[in-house]
Amino acid sequence: MDTTALLLSRIQFASTVSFHIIFPAFTIGLAAWLCLLEGLSMATGQAVYRRLFDFWRSIFSVAFAMGVVSGIVMAFQFGTNWSELSRRTGAIQGPLLGYESFTAFAIEASFFGVLMFGRNRVPRWFYLLSCIMVAVGTTMSSFWIMVNNSWMQYPIGYTIDADGVFVPTDWWAIIFSPVMLVRFPHMLLAAYLTSAFCVAATGAWHMLRGTFKAEATTMMRMGLGLAAILVPVQLIFGHLVGDYTHDRQPAKFAAIEARWHDESPASEVLIAWPNEDAERNDYAISIPYLGSLIASMSFTSREVGLTNWPKADRPPVAIPFFAFRIMVGCGLLMLAVAWYGSIQMLRNRLDAQRWMLWGTFLSFPLGFVATLTGWFVAEVGRQPWTVYGVLRTADAATPFLRAPEVAASLAFFCIVYGVIFAFGTVYIYRLLQRGPAPTPEPKVGETNPKRPLSIMHSRSMEATK
Amino acid sequence: MIEFWTAVLALTIFLYVVLDGFDLGIGILLPMAKSDAERNHMLATIEPVWDGNETWLVLNATILFGIFPLTYSTLLSAFYLPLIVMLGALIFRGVAFEFRSKSKRTRGLWDNGFIVGSYVATFIQGTAVGALVHGLPMSGYHYVGGPFGWFSLFALLCGAGLCIGYALMGAGWLTYKSQSEVRDLGFLLIPRLLAALVVFLVLIFGLSLSNELWVLQRWIQMPALIVFPLFAVIACAVMLWAVRSRRELLPFFCSIGVFAAAMGTLSVSFYPYMIPFAITTAQAAAPPTTQSFMFWGVGVFVLPLTLFYTLAIYFVFKGKVGFDKQGY
Repeated sequence: MDTTALLLSRIQFASTVSFHIIFPAFTIGLAAWLCLLEGLSMATGQAVYRRLFDFWRSIFSVAFAMGVVSGIVMAFQFGTNWSELSRRTGAIQGPLLGYESFTAFAIEASFFGVLMFGRNRVPRWFYLLSCIMVAVGTTMSSFWIMVNNSWMQYPIGYTIDADGVFVPTDWWAIIFSPVMLVRFPHMLLAAYLTSAFCVAATGAWHMLRGTFKAEATTMMRMGLGLAAILVPVQLIFGHLVGDYTHDRQPAKFAAIEARWHDESPASEVLIAWPNEDAERNDYAISIPYLGSLIASMSFTSREVGLTNWPKADRPPVAIPFFAFRIMVGCGLLMLAVAWYGSIQMLRNRLDAQRWMLWGTFLSFPLGFVATLTGWFVAEVGRQPWTVYGVLRTADAATPFLRAPEVAASLAFFCIVYGVIFAFGTVYIYRLLQRGPAPTPEPKVGETNPKRPLSIMHSRSMEATK
Repeated sequence: MIEFWTAVLALTIFLYVVLDGFDLGIGILLPMAKSDAERNHMLATIEPVWDGNETWLVLNATILFGIFPLTYSTLLSAFYLPLIVMLGALIFRGVAFEFRSKSKRTRGLWDNGFIVGSYVATFIQGTAVGALVHGLPMSGYHYVGGPFGWFSLFALLCGAGLCIGYALMGAGWLTYKSQSEVRDLGFLLIPRLLAALVVFLVLIFGLSLSNELWVLQRWIQMPALIVFPLFAVIACAVMLWAVRSRRELLPFFCSIGVFAAAMGTLSVSFYPYMIPFAITTAQAAAPPTTQSFMFWGVGVFVLPLTLFYTLAIYFVFKGKVGFDKQGY
């Protein structure tokens, strides 16, 4: 495969997988939130939980559909563009993704039908069970994906035979690798936080508009309260992920820190413009000792720099460096919003400060941005390897694929994803804007189950009064 | 062990073809709806189940990936361009379902997206099968055909043939699930689609004779293969009888029978080859550690469970779809 085709294939995989992760990041948490709402609704009988359930279910359905269709693409791209990777690692990655599709994809897709259309056809406990099955499915899906990706980051439990095929020898080691044990919770927490901030932001939005006071308060309380607890936990897991990177992927760690030369003790580059040609940082602002403290919890440790590796074995520096800082920045902003909001909540002054409501409302993209940039760090930082240290990305691609075909498929994906993303966003926006208005249970075959125009009208009339 | 996985793969492919086949068929038949109400009614028959149906495609892909990695990597890269287009078609088709109910002015776009997506996805699946039967340009284990090595008149004809076949299953599904005019449409279409299918089979047989396809040799060597076409003829005859006597569920099962016969013919003709006549199941197989890892989890436990709850969900949504008010 020529270098242009390789680059285009990488761009295609990166953009399709980035597009895909937006939806699971949102729906994993939403599915759990729907279970909680249905459970609360059953336990307390309060109407507010049922209205919130119906409201978020309609949003979940749009996001879930987009997640499903973009996920199918991923199941095929290993073979289409990365045939050498799939031929050589198929015996390991194939079963992991196989377990994902059987224990996750199939469950969530099947019970999704009951979740959407089965409320009046099944007993209440079975309906709750279906909600739980959808949530279990989405969670299992992220588990297997993290197992698979962690194996690519830290390959263990295999030998390589004469044809270059990876033969699994120890499935337990492959699945429960120490890397997966920190990265799976990191991803799951990221998904929960993404949903929590979307829920809180929706509450803040309706509070700003003066609509659906009771539901808006519940959304803000539950969203911010959950985030206030989970953000610190996430920061701890983020640190643990950093630890594994430091120990097992030192080149990636050096790229994240934009550390070109060995330093003892190491300083921490807060912000800079990494200059890959000159192998140094321009306009750097650094804090002495902090680099050693973050990496090794010491004031004297020696931290390795990128120049230890030949240029062919180094990851790009700028993307991991900036993406990491954006991710951490989002995390700190989330901490500030969640804690300040929770303090106001405890003082029963949630709606007292409009700027606080605005801040919460505007925080909705933080989870998405943090999730995406986190993945950029993990995946770009792993380069030039697909299976870290064993199989280079250049050797993983389909050998006979040429640039015109990949350019065509990339353009095709851009158009298709562009169109469905634009429309999907508009539809989700409309649903969010309409708010948790009481709606009849959607029926199979109804064209517009969730858009009773009359209700929408009367609500907006009330709002303008 | 490898026989077990070959059988599982045959089963999951068959389930995909039947399950997604009838809902792709509904997409193919959708232009026949005379009104918005009829369109909604047709779509309502598959609304709660299409997502689960499509999942079987992913299950097939991952079984290939895990158990037959060589086949997975060779096939998917050989069919690069058509596969990408099929994925795009499935994307449009999938979101169209969700989006059409949310749209105001663009409903037509999503209805057409659903129709076009169904046609394109079906056509490409048929073309791929046709290309495999016709023979891919292979050198040893390597595909050497370039971006259009799968292309042949034979393959394209198979694409068209599958559209007819899925439409037949869709029509059978309609007679079972729908009411009044839409059900009558199903009954009306079945004999015509059967006639079209016969024309297609004659064409394809003639073309394989004139191309002197290798597969014909296998048929001469294995005369017992005739049981499959015979079974198909019986299924077609029963189907016609079922339409005449207005049996509502029977035509659907007959259409499944037709597909079972077709798949049986294909698999027995080519076994043990996965990519005729270059890669066999044994050559493509993953190491035993992989096969047994999949066997003790997916094979023994998860697959039967999946079959069970798939069936259970069809049971939840059994019976006819209401025309407008009652819904499910």
